[in-house]
Amino acid sequence: MNRFFGFLKKEFYHIFRDKRSMLILFGMPIVQIMLFGYVINTDLKDVKMAVLDHSKDEYTAEMINKITSSGYFQLIDNLESIDEADAVFRKGDVKLILVFEPDFGKKLIKDSKGSIQILTDASDPNMANLEVSYLQGILQNYNIEINKEKQMGTAIQAKSRMYFNSNLESVFMFVPGIMATILMLVSAMMTSISIAREKELGTMEILLVSPLNPLQIILGKVTPYLALSFINALVIVGMGYFVFGVPVLGSFVLLMAESILFIFLALSIGIFISTVAKSQQVAMMLSMFVLMLPTIILSGFIFPIRNMPLPLQVISNIIPPKWFIVILKNIMLKGVGFEYVWKETLILLAMTMGFIGLSLKKFKIRLQ
Amino acid sequence: MNAGIRIENLSKKYGNVQALKSINLDINSGELFGLIGPDGAGKTTLFRLLATLLLPDVGSAQMCDIDIVGGYKQIRNLLGYMPGKFSLYQDLSVIENLEFFATVFDTRIEDNMDMIHDIWVQIEPFKDRLAGNLSGGMKQKLALCCALIHQPKVLLLDEPTTGVDAVSRSEFWQMLKSLKSKGITIVVATPYMDEANLCERVALIKDGEILQVNTPQEIVGQFERNLYTIKSEDNYQSLLDLREFEFTNSVFLFGQSLHYTDVRKEFSLEEVNSYLKHKGRLHLEIEQIKPGIEDCFMALSTKNDGHE
Amino acid sequence: MDMNSDVKVIKVKNLCKKFGDFTANDNLSFEVSKGEIFGFLGANGAGKTTAIKILCGLSYPSSGEISVAGFDVYKQREQLKRNIGYMSQKFSLYEDLTVFENIRFYGGIYGLSKEVIHSKADDLLKKLDLQHARNKRISSLPLGWKQKLAFSVAIFHDPEIVFLDEPTGGVDPVTRRQFWDLIYEASRQGITIFVTTHYMDEAEYCDRVSIMVDGKIEALDTPAKLKEDFNAEDMDQVFLALARKAINIE
Repeated sequence: MNRFFGFLKKEFYHIFRDKRSMLILFGMPIVQIMLFGYVINTDLKDVKMAVLDHSKDEYTAEMINKITSSGYFQLIDNLESIDEADAVFRKGDVKLILVFEPDFGKKLIKDSKGSIQILTDASDPNMANLEVSYLQGILQNYNIEINKEKQMGTAIQAKSRMYFNSNLESVFMFVPGIMATILMLVSAMMTSISIAREKELGTMEILLVSPLNPLQIILGKVTPYLALSFINALVIVGMGYFVFGVPVLGSFVLLMAESILFIFLALSIGIFISTVAKSQQVAMMLSMFVLMLPTIILSGFIFPIRNMPLPLQVISNIIPPKWFIVILKNIMLKGVGFEYVWKETLILLAMTMGFIGLSLKKFKIRLQ
Repeated sequence: MNAGIRIENLSKKYGNVQALKSINLDINSGELFGLIGPDGAGKTTLFRLLATLLLPDVGSAQMCDIDIVGGYKQIRNLLGYMPGKFSLYQDLSVIENLEFFATVFDTRIEDNMDMIHDIWVQIEPFKDRLAGNLSGGMKQKLALCCALIHQPKVLLLDEPTTGVDAVSRSEFWQMLKSLKSKGITIVVATPYMDEANLCERVALIKDGEILQVNTPQEIVGQFERNLYTIKSEDNYQSLLDLREFEFTNSVFLFGQSLHYTDVRKEFSLEEVNSYLKHKGRLHLEIEQIKPGIEDCFMALSTKNDGHE
Repeated sequence: MDMNSDVKVIKVKNLCKKFGDFTANDNLSFEVSKGEIFGFLGANGAGKTTAIKILCGLSYPSSGEISVAGFDVYKQREQLKRNIGYMSQKFSLYEDLTVFENIRFYGGIYGLSKEVIHSKADDLLKKLDLQHARNKRISSLPLGWKQKLAFSVAIFHDPEIVFLDEPTGGVDPVTRRQFWDLIYEASRQGITIFVTTHYMDEAEYCDRVSIMVDGKIEALDTPAKLKEDFNAEDMDQVFLALARKAINIE
């Protein structure tokens, strides 16, 4: 036990004396959450839209009013014919056109069903997707509103995909993403670099030659980052809550338990990387390309998975943060319990076991 | 306890490179043994095999009567190892480094002070300085302290004097001598031929093969030819001239003179003298001298090359 | 060095270099003649590297008058760099390029034409007996060959002066002597050699030797004269005598 504490002490010296790792550890989460929360805010505001209203009844008028008063959309043009759509988009101002079918209001009352077509300028597919989602959200609300007054349910044909984020505030979606990214970065990259550094400096040779066994070395390397990552998780959730008002609807304990599981997973990936990388540089590159980019791009953090081509959707399943983000969204935003996230938890658990096993097998008692 | 090392038929290959070719070597308990050879000779590979960091392809070795493959766990407790680079934590202070290595071996600095005392007093004034800010000589001393902190029976030092200036080098050898008196078996690898004389026995090693193992005196005594030193006003020109000379066996620059051997057993120095004079050399001084380890190494290595 | 000895290719007068409070080079003054082999010795941290960087035009001195190959180190750094060669133990050739690719690259840096590069490369490889290795990667060559090739590349553009920073570290004794053969040959062609080494016997190969201690040049003369002055058998003893003095002062 003495050996273990000696090792821990040494690791903390390394971390606290290296300005770079301190910056990554404690500056990064704050900067990232601020960046995503404020700067790269993809919230919609005054998106210019046009309307092609074939019906022109009280329902369509009311809906258009609802949409424009939301603040997200701004009506700048009324079209007469669908033929104008192409020209309007080409001009570039209008990003979205809302088309009501003829006799929309009558059909809504008679058949309890009205169709709306949403045309978007998809040259920026992410924005387009976001616009559609927002619009659908508004329509859905309207649908609920009119249903309250009536006995028989009507349906405006539009599905809301933003159901669990009714305020439509994008920062809510970013918190789980940042959490996954930061924990991955801190746990996996920092451990792999710190192990690779020992190899590079030749100190690993001495550690291997000493009576320390591989498990002791690994635990000594991993424990400090486990603690620091956990603090990071608290900071991120705390900042989300206090600065941006992101709620934790579900169990806080469950949330933290899942975070610890994910940290374990990231640490075991970090150790695995270090068994392959001989130098800090290689460890850094591997962490960057094998971990960071997929975490950001394929996990559903920034780009919705359902919009990806099928091969990428399949690949996204092996990206650990994808499952973690799903868990976080469920617990934080949906407020559901363990019974709704056990599958994802199991996947993370299996991945963790896999990587720990692989690392222990690959982490050699010798140099070669 | 027998703290000797026995190496039998040891071979190691990396890809296509045969780093060690069937090495046989016996190092006695308590001996100060030198492994002398240039970079790439296989010194580091041999050390890593002995330090249980690598597995041999062929052959076996025992340290303190324990097999290096099967008994690696026991060996790791008995061994002090200083790798080629001074493996210290640059961002830890001198005392923190030492404390860390003490805890790794589950011991304390105070319990081992008698072992490291002589070296420790030299670096103690700097104990709060970060290891990264020490001079080469100081780093070397600290690394040695760290390797000794668990009172090993065998000490493997891989090029401890490379890149260290002449003063620190000579101090370092003094320390090794006093360690030897404590009964530790010390094996030192070095590319500096002149350090061979400071060892009890040495192995000359080149291209993964041991050229010779013996005491430095015996190695020098086995030099096959008479060796002469030749000085002139222009040594380089003499060198070029002697390369043309029909009886030259070998001629090398050596400090301020040339070292020359003749192909013949019996010959008159006057002949060499007049040859050089004829070539226009002035102030010629030719004398027979005793060969050094470096002469022997060169003779052995060129002989070996000739066989190939 | 005989007939050219009156031409001074390196002139250093009162060179000082300070880093904050620390004086790395304390009032160095020396001259080096054309074709001379000049040994620049000193313990680790004595200030050798700092001085070499200044002479190569890589860093400015704090004060002093310095000219190298006739060029001022303050104002004519570009011309200066064009007229010197540099080789160190650490950086010499690109391991992942072939022998010829390395030669072509360095020739290209110094603006040699394609024809010149090709013909000089052929001569060079012939001289080193490396024709068979022309298209081999550097990484596949033994250390001794690499060092010899690195030196030849460093003087490929016929510089006035070549700076060698511990060129023979870790090389076996036979190869080291072959390396010095090349140095002597270059010196005969009039190239000035400025060399640092940890091997004291190599100090004896130099025409003149300077020994730096704590930023100052404490001794500068021919090896024979230094041994006489210090009543020493070899340069090792001279060096130890000087360096020990420094430690005692501390």
